[in-house]
Amino acid sequence: MSTIDDQTTADVPQTPEDENGHPKHDPAPAADSNAPVMLSFIIGIVISLIIGWAVFPKLLYSQKTQPVNFNHAMHMDPEISAEGCASCHYFREDGSFSGIPKLASCAECHEDVLGESEEEARFVEEYVKTGKEVPWLVYARQPDCVFFSHIAHVKMGNMECKTCHGDIGVSTQTRVYEENRITGYSRDIWGKNIAGFKKNTWDRMKMDDCAECHKANNVNQGSVQTLRGGCFVCHK
Amino acid sequence: MKQAQNHTKNYLYAMAIDLDKCTGCGACMVACMSENNVPFRRDETDQLLSMKWLRVYKLTNGKAYPDHDVCYLPRPCMQCAGQHEGHSPCVSVCPATATDYDQNTGIVSQIYTRCFGCRYCMAACPYHVRLFNWWDPVWPEGMEKMLNPKVSVRMRGVVEKCSFCFHRFQQAKDRAYAKGKRDIDEQDYQTSCTQACPAGAITFGDLNNPSHAVTQLVKPDHKHHGRPQAPHAFRLLERLGTNAKVYYLSSREWVRKMGDNYLKNEKQAGSH
Ligand code: HEC
Ligand code: HEC
Ligand code: HEC
Ligand code: HEC
Ligand code: HEC
Repeated sequence: MSTIDDQTTADVPQTPEDENGHPKHDPAPAADSNAPVMLSFIIGIVISLIIGWAVFPKLLYSQKTQPVNFNHAMHMDPEISAEGCASCHYFREDGSFSGIPKLASCAECHEDVLGESEEEARFVEEYVKTGKEVPWLVYARQPDCVFFSHIAHVKMGNMECKTCHGDIGVSTQTRVYEENRITGYSRDIWGKNIAGFKKNTWDRMKMDDCAECHKANNVNQGSVQTLRGGCFVCHK
Repeated sequence: MKQAQNHTKNYLYAMAIDLDKCTGCGACMVACMSENNVPFRRDETDQLLSMKWLRVYKLTNGKAYPDHDVCYLPRPCMQCAGQHEGHSPCVSVCPATATDYDQNTGIVSQIYTRCFGCRYCMAACPYHVRLFNWWDPVWPEGMEKMLNPKVSVRMRGVVEKCSFCFHRFQQAKDRAYAKGKRDIDEQDYQTSCTQACPAGAITFGDLNNPSHAVTQLVKPDHKHHGRPQAPHAFRLLERLGTNAKVYYLSSREWVRKMGDNYLKNEKQAGSH
C-alpha cells in the first residue's frame, strides 16, 4: 500500500539539472504560468472589493419609509410653530425630553384637513380619525443599553440639534430610514460611509463618537479601567 | 461648552443599613427586583440559581433559648473601592472591561453587552453579590410591558449585579439640569431599596458631603479607606481591605463580630 507521501514524490516532475548539478530553471515558461495566477488573484480582489464596498452595504441595510411624510420646513413657519423646534420637541419639568410629538399634539391643528395636500388628508384619515399613534422610525435610536440625555447637551452644553442630527430641522420631507438587517439598528449609528469616514459631526454616532467629544470636553472622565468616560455615564 | 470643565464633581455614594431596625420583611428585595428588571423563574426554590441583586440573610447567634437571637442582614453590592481607588476585587480581574469603577460616583458599573460571561468577577467577589444569567429572562405574559425602561434587560450568559440604582442618578441629574443647577441634593437620588424599607433601616447618600445622613451615621475615616468611626458601625470582611461602601450598624456585638472572621477571643476591629 502506498502512502500519500509516496504518491506526491512520484507525481512531482523531476527538475532538470544543469551541468553543475543545480536545478535548471527555464525563465520564460515560469512567467507564462504565473500570469494567469496573478490575473485571477487581481480579479478576485476586485470582485471582493466590489462585493464588500458596494453590494454588501446594500444587502446589509433594508430601506424603510416613514409612515407619514412629515415636512419640517413647512411647520417651522412662525405662524404654525410659535416656539420653533420647542413647540414639538421640548423638555418636560423633570428634565426628560419629549422626543417626537404624540398624535394628540398634531391633532390640535389637524383635527380636520387643513389644506389641499394628499399626504395631509391621508395622515388625518389614517391616524387622527382613528386615534392611532404614528409609528415613527427614529433615525438616531441608540441600542437599549445606552442612556442619552438631551437636556445635558442642549441646555447645559449649549449644543445645537444639528451637531448630532444634521439638518433635519429644515428638511421638506422625511428621508429613507435604513435598518441594519443583522443588528436592527439605524444606519445613522454606523454612518453612511461603510468604511467609517465622516465629514460632519452628525455623520456617525457610535460609542467612539460620543466618547471623543466627551474626552475633548472633559465630561465625567471617571473610568478607572479606561481612563476615559465612566461606562455608567452613557449606559444603563 | 466650556462649563463642562468643572463638571466633574466627585460623589462617593454609600449606604448604611441599621440591622437593629431591619425586620427581615424583604420589601427591599421586592422593590429591587421590580425596579431593576431582575428576572425570576416559575420555580424559585433553588436559592443557588435565583437572581437577587439584594439578598436578605438570616443570622443567628447559635445559642439556645432564652439567649437565642436573630438578625437579618440585607446585602446589596458593596461597591468596593479597593486599596487604591478602583482596585475592586471584580474590576481588577475583568478581562473585558465590562465592569468598571467610576471615580465620579464611586459606583462599580456593569455593562451587560460587554460581558461575555467568564465569571472571574463572581469568583473574585468576596460577598457573592454577582449573579450569572443561565437563561434568557422569561416574563409572565403582560409583564414585559411593565418593565422599567430606564434599566436595560440582560440576556443569557452575562453577569449582573446591584448598581445602587444608578439610573436614578441619571434621572436625578436630568431633573437638576431642568432646574438649571448641577448639584444633586440628598433626596434627589435614593435607591429603590432605601425608599421601600418600611422600617427606615437603610440610609443612602454621599460620603463626600458631611451633611448627608449616611456620613453622620458612619463617620468614615477618609484617611483610612473610609473605615467607620461610629461606635456601632462595621463593614463586612473589613480586614480584606475591599474598602466597601455599604456599612452596617448594630448595637449587638455578636452581629458585628459576624461581619468578619474573628478568632474566639479576638476583639472586634474598630469597635470602641
Ligand atoms: C410640528 C411639530 C414639529 C416641529 C415644530 C419640529 N419637529 Fe422635529 N420632528 C417632528 C416629527 C413629527 C418628527 C418625526 C418625523 C421625522 O423624523 O421627520 C420629527 C423628527 C425630528 C428629528 C429626527 C429624530 C430622529 O432621529 O429620528 C429631529 C432631529 C428633529 N425633528 C429636529 C427638529 C428641529 C431641529 C426642529 C426646529 C428647527 C424641529 N424638529 C421642529 C415634529 C416637529
Ligand atoms: C400648530 C398647528 C400644527 C401642528 C401642531 C401640526 N401641523 Fe401639520 N400642518 C399645519 C399646517 C398649517 C399645514 C399646512 C396645510 C396646507 O396649507 O397644506 C400642515 C401640513 C401638514 C402636512 C402636509 C405637508 C405637505 O407636505 O403638504 C402633514 C403630513 C402634516 N402637517 C403632519 C403633521 C404631523 C404629523 C403633526 C404632528 C407632529 C403636525 N402636522 C402638527 C399645522 C400644524
Ligand atoms: C449630543 C448629540 C445630540 C444633540 C445635540 C441633540 N440630539 Fe436628539 N438625539 C440624540 C441621540 C443620541 C438620540 C437617540 C436617543 C436614544 O435612542 O435614546 C436622539 C433622539 C432624538 C429624537 C427622537 C427621540 C425619541 O425617543 O423619540 C428627537 C426627536 C431628537 N433627538 C430631537 C432633537 C432636537 C430637536 C435637538 C435640539 C434641541 C436634539 N435632538 C439635539 C443626540 C442628540
Ligand atoms: C459634540 C460633543 C458631544 C457628543 C457628540 C456627545 N456628547 Fe454627551 N455631552 C457633551 C457635553 C459637552 C456634555 C456636558 C454638558 C454639560 O453638562 O455641560 C455631555 C454630557 C452627556 C451626558 C450627561 C452627563 C452628566 O453628567 O450629566 C450624557 C449621559 C451624555 N453626554 C451621553 C452622550 C451619548 C450617549 C452620546 C452619543 C450618542 C453623546 N453624549 C454625544 C458633549 C457631547
Ligand atoms: C460617551 C458615552 C459612552 C461611554 C462613556 C461608554 N459608552 Fe458604550 N456605547 C455608547 C453608545 C452610544 C453605544 C451604542 C453605539 C455603538 O454601538 O457604538 C455604546 C455601545 C456599547 C456596546 C455595544 C452594545 C450594543 O448593543 O451594540 C458595549 C459593549 C459598550 N458600549 C460598552 C461600554 C463600556 C464597557 C464602557 C466603559 C468602559 C462604555 N461602553 C462607555 C456610549 C458610551
